Amino acid sequence: MTDHFEDPLQTFIAESRELLQQMEDALLEVEGNADDPETINAIFRAAHTIKGSAGLFSLDHIVAFTHVAESVLDRIRAHQLAFEPAFGALFLEVCDQLGALIDGLAAGEAPDDAISARSTALTARLQAVLDRGATPGAQSAGTDAAVAGNPAEHLMAAGADTVASGLWHVSMRPGADLLRNGMDPLSILNYLGTLGEIVSLETVIGGVPPLSALDPETCYLGFDLSFASQADAATVNGAFDFVREDSLVRIIPPYGPLDDYRALVRDLPDDKLLLGEMLVRCGSLTADELALALRTQEARAEACQITGELPPLIGEVLVEQQLVDAPLVDAALDHQQEARKARAGEPTLIRVDAAKLDQLINLVGELIIAGAGAQLVARRVKVPALVEATGVLSRLVEDVRDSALNLRMVQIGATFSRFRRVVRDVAAELGKDIQLDIRGGETELDKTVVEKIGDPLTHIVRNALDHGIEPADVRAARGKPRQGRLSLNAYHESGSIVIEVSDDGGGLRKERILQKAVERGLVGEGQVLSDKEIFGLVFEPGFSTAAQVSNLSGRGVGMDVVKRNILALRGTVDLDSVEGQGTTVRLRLPLTLAIIEGFLIGAGSASYVVPLEQVLECIELPEKDKPEQGASYLNLRGEVLPFVRLRDLFDIPGEAPRRENVVVVQYAGERAGLVVDQLFGEFQTVIKPLGKVFSHIRCIGGSTILGSGEVALILDVPGLVRQVTERQPVSRHLSSTLSAA
Amino acid sequence: MATLARKDLPAVALEPRQYLTFTLGGEMYAVETLSVKEIIEYGQVTTVPMMPRSIRGVINLRGAVVPVIDLKARFGGQPTEVTRRTCIVIIEMSGSDECQVLGIVVDTVSEVLEIPPGEIEPPPAFGARIRADFIRGMGKVGGGFVILLNVEAVLSTDELSALDELSRHGQPVDAGALPRLASSVVV
Repeated sequence: MTDHFEDPLQTFIAESRELLQQMEDALLEVEGNADDPETINAIFRAAHTIKGSAGLFSLDHIVAFTHVAESVLDRIRAHQLAFEPAFGALFLEVCDQLGALIDGLAAGEAPDDAISARSTALTARLQAVLDRGATPGAQSAGTDAAVAGNPAEHLMAAGADTVASGLWHVSMRPGADLLRNGMDPLSILNYLGTLGEIVSLETVIGGVPPLSALDPETCYLGFDLSFASQADAATVNGAFDFVREDSLVRIIPPYGPLDDYRALVRDLPDDKLLLGEMLVRCGSLTADELALALRTQEARAEACQITGELPPLIGEVLVEQQLVDAPLVDAALDHQQEARKARAGEPTLIRVDAAKLDQLINLVGELIIAGAGAQLVARRVKVPALVEATGVLSRLVEDVRDSALNLRMVQIGATFSRFRRVVRDVAAELGKDIQLDIRGGETELDKTVVEKIGDPLTHIVRNALDHGIEPADVRAARGKPRQGRLSLNAYHESGSIVIEVSDDGGGLRKERILQKAVERGLVGEGQVLSDKEIFGLVFEPGFSTAAQVSNLSGRGVGMDVVKRNILALRGTVDLDSVEGQGTTVRLRLPLTLAIIEGFLIGAGSASYVVPLEQVLECIELPEKDKPEQGASYLNLRGEVLPFVRLRDLFDIPGEAPRRENVVVVQYAGERAGLVVDQLFGEFQTVIKPLGKVFSHIRCIGGSTILGSGEVALILDVPGLVRQVTERQPVSRHLSSTLSAA
Repeated sequence: MATLARKDLPAVALEPRQYLTFTLGGEMYAVETLSVKEIIEYGQVTTVPMMPRSIRGVINLRGAVVPVIDLKARFGGQPTEVTRRTCIVIIEMSGSDECQVLGIVVDTVSEVLEIPPGEIEPPPAFGARIRADFIRGMGKVGGGFVILLNVEAVLSTDELSALDELSRHGQPVDAGALPRLASSVVV
C-alpha cells in the first residue's frame, strides 16, 4: 500500500468499523424478529459496502471473505433461504472476524495464520449454507457463470418468474456531475467491452435540454444495454464501483427474475413506456415478458380503483401512461416515504477530524480568556460604552463556547447498544436468560468521556451478569421471574451525567462484606459503618480477589480499577444494593472535560475555581462558628453543615480576614462548606490540565487562566471532601488498632 | 569504589555544544541550550497546595500552564529567594511519549558558552553538593568548573510526582539532600 492511499484507507477503516457495529446491532435485532426485511437488508448492505470498499483498496482477503457472507445474505434477502436462528450466531462470528481483519489492517499487519485459519473455517461454514440453500432460481440470480452457458436447460428450470434472455442487463443513469467529478461513462462502456460483448445499447436522451440551455460539463445521457459475458456478478458490479455513488445503476444478471425488471421500470426516473420499449429493443425482455410485467401493474392499478375502461394495449401512449400511473404513484409514494424515513433516522452528518475539533475548542478557550482580560480592562478604565461592548462580546463568546462544546457531544446510546452483544454472549456463556433494558440512550456527553467509560462500564456489566443475576433455577426458587433483567440508564443531573447499571439479582450481603473488610484490616473490629460506607468497601483495592468470588457473589473483582478510571475522569462511582433484590452501580461523570462554568473564590493571595454546578449557596461565616483550626460544623437553617477552611487545608500563610465566607457545595447528595476569604462570582473556566508532575495531586482538579493572566487552580470538590472525611476514619482506625494492640 | 572520578561513563558527545550557564546559591550550573526553550522574568507563580517545596507552582506561559521547579529546593537546599534578577528558564524535554515543558527557577542567568568535549570531565563520584546522577559532566571554564546538569534526571516527572506522593504521607521529602562528603567544590 502506498502512502497515497493512507488517508482514504483510514476512512475505510473507520467506516467499516461503523458498518460492523450497525451490522451487529441489526443481527441482534434480527434474532428476535427474523421476518423484518429492512433489518436483513441493513445487514446485507453493511457487508456489501465493506466488500465494495475493500475491493477499491485491493484488500483481497477481506473481499473474498465478505463475498461468501454477502452471497448468503443475498439469498436470505431474496427469500430463497430462511433466516435460521443459527445464522445469528454464525453472522456474529463473521462480524467479529471482519472486525479482526479490519483491526489487522489498522495496525498495518498482514493477517496471521490464526486469523486466516478462522477466515477459512467461517468461509467453509458459509459455503455449506450456500450449497444447502442453492436452488436453480437462486443460481440464476447469483454468480454462477457456468449456468449462463446453458440457456435452454436453465429456462426450463427457472420457470415463469425469470426472463428468457441469457444476457446481462445494465441500466445506468449517470449523475449530472459525473463528468465534473472526472469520470467518463464511455470508459465504463469500454471496460465492459473487455469483460464480454455489448450486444445492444440504447441511449436515453430524454434528459437532454435545448441547445441554448445545454451545459457541456453536465452529463445528460443514460443508457440501457444488454451484455453477454461469462464474468461473475462481482466483476460486472465492480465495473461501476467508481460511479455508483452519484449514478443510478441497476444490473440484472442473465435469466434475472421478472420482478427485477419490474422494479427497474419502477425505480428509474424515465418515461415508463419508453423504458419498456427500450428493454425490448435491447433484447433483455421479450414483448410478452414486458406485457406480463405491465399486466401485473395493471392488476394493481385496478385494485387501486382506477378501473378498466382503459384497454391495456402496449404502444398506446396515453392509455399506457394512465395504466401504469397507479403503480407508479404507489412506487413514488413508497419511495418518498422511505426517503423520509431514512432522513428522519439518519441525520445528515459530516465527518470531521477530531483534532480539528479539539483545535477549535482550544481556540474558543483562548477566546474566553482573552475576553475575560478585555472585560477586566474595561471595568478598570470605567468607560460605560466599553463595559457594555465587552459585556455583549462575552455573552456571544459564551454562545460560541456552548456550540463548540456541543460539537463534541455524542449520544451515549451507541455505547449502550454495544452491550446488547456483551449481554447476549455472556448470558449464553453462563446459561442464563437475561434481558437488557436500555433507557436514556439519547443523553449526550463529551466524546472524550464516552471513549473512556467503555472499559469501566463493561467491567460493571460483566460483574452484574456474572455474579449479580442468579441462574434461572435459583431465581425461580426465590420467587423471581426466571428471566433476569439488567438495565442501563443515563440521565443528566446538576451538570453531570449519571449512568446507572442495575440488575435484579441477589444483591450484596452487607455482613459478608464487613466481615471480609475486618479480616483484611480495612475496618476496625466493632466499627459501625453506614450502608454507603460498607458498599464503598468493594471499591477498595485488593478487597476482593478471585478466591472470594463465590463467597461474596464476586462483586469487587477489579472494582478498584473501575473506581480509579472513573476518578481520573473527575467522576465518582457509588453502589446501592438490597440483598435479594438487586444492585445498582451509579457512575457520575462530568459532561465535558474542556470548559466549565466556574465560581471564582479567593483565599490568601490566590484564586480558586469551584465548578458552579456544585455550588449551592454562599453565606457569611457566623462569628460564633469560627473554628480555631481546620474543620468544624455550623447550623445552616437547622441542618448540620460540616465545613473546612481552605486556608488551613492548603497551609496558606497569613492572617484570615475579619469577614470570612462559606461556599456551600454539594456533590452526589453530600453537602459541605468551604471557608474562603473572598467571593468573586461566576467565571468561564477553561480547564487546562496540570501535567504529569501533578498526576498524584488530590483536591485540585486542574487549572485555568484568569483574565489577568494569572493561573487559578480548580478545586476538585469530591476529592476535597474525601480528603477531609478520610482524615477522620483513618485516625479513628488508627486509634482503634492502637487500643487493640 | 575503584575510581573517584567515574571514567567509565560516556559523558558527552564529540561535537562542541552550547551551554546556558546560570547561578544558583552562588554556584555555577549549565544546561544544554538545545533543551532551553526560553528565559522569562520571575513573576506570577501560582502556588499549588500540598506539594513539596521543590515544586514552586505553575505559571501561564502564553496560555499553557507550566509547572515551575525550585532547583535549589530540589537539590536539597532552602527555597530560592526571589530577587530582581531571578529568572525562570523554560526547559523542553522530549520524553518517551510526549513533550514535557517545565520551568526552573535560577538566581541569575549568565551567558551561553561553547564547551568542547575535551574540556568536559566526568562527574565526581562524590564531593559535589548535588546527587551524582544529576550531573552530566564538569565543564572546565576559565580555570574553574561548571556543573553540566542532566535535566532528564533533575526534572524526571516520575520522581517529581512521586515526591508529591511521599509528601502526602509525611513530611516534605527532598530527595536531593545527600550527606555531604566534602564541604566545598571548586568553581
